[in-house]
Amino acid sequence: MTNPTTIERKSDHELVVTRTFNGPARIVFEAWTKPELMKLWWAPKSSGVPLRSCEMDVRVGGGYRLEFGKDAASSFAFFGQYLEVEPPSRLVWTNEESQDAAVTTVTFEDRDGQTLLTLHERYPTKEALDEAMAGMADGMPEQFEQLDALLADLGK
Amino acid sequence: MVQYVTSRLDASFAVLSDATRRGVLEQLGRSDASITELADKFHMTLTGMKKHVGVLEHAGFVTTQKVGRVRTCKLGLRRLEEEAAWIEHYRQLWASRFDALDGVIEDLKRKEEAND
Repeated sequence: MTNPTTIERKSDHELVVTRTFNGPARIVFEAWTKPELMKLWWAPKSSGVPLRSCEMDVRVGGGYRLEFGKDAASSFAFFGQYLEVEPPSRLVWTNEESQDAAVTTVTFEDRDGQTLLTLHERYPTKEALDEAMAGMADGMPEQFEQLDALLADLGK
Repeated sequence: MVQYVTSRLDASFAVLSDATRRGVLEQLGRSDASITELADKFHMTLTGMKKHVGVLEHAGFVTTQKVGRVRTCKLGLRRLEEEAAWIEHYRQLWASRFDALDGVIEDLKRKEEAND
């Protein structure tokens, strides 16, 4: 049984995603801060675009760099800096791959052995948020076909 | 196509960015109302409310009809399906990511228990 993921557009500049996980906050936090764990889930296999490398220096002022792509030629990177690191309850980082990228805040709240996770993205402009989401919409049909294929594989 | 959808969404979210206009939609969801009733309800002048209703009407969220001297407002035919679909794409990305994260968390929990 997976828990529902909700997403809301809170204002012209902000999006909020919430989800509950069946584990304590320290474990969920660990999965967001260790590169070898991040690699296992950040790029859903369904996206068809693997995470090629994942470097994370999780401390205030430390940087991260995630490279996606099947080979060096087609790869693209997301990178930025950690602004706040408060294990196991809070992470804030910048996205610096574009001028229009968001600042992301993730909070982890313990709830009787479960964790309520809230991910908040603040974009510099309304246009930047629209564009980020439009980009997402373009890639999704393909991603879901790949997800279907993966599920079929798993079912074998 | 994408451009068309984007500009419509721009317009919709601009319309919905105002608390009074969202309130008017909620109100009309319960029952039709005249502009005078809406103005009273939201403590506004008639002119102010006319402007808000005009914006909602232009976006297709509300229709108005003049019966005698009273203009009645009701919900328009256009619902928020496009807006909901747009957000749904983003939700699905996070949902698939988080479903994978569930697996990682289960593994970590098992390891922690094994070490206790």
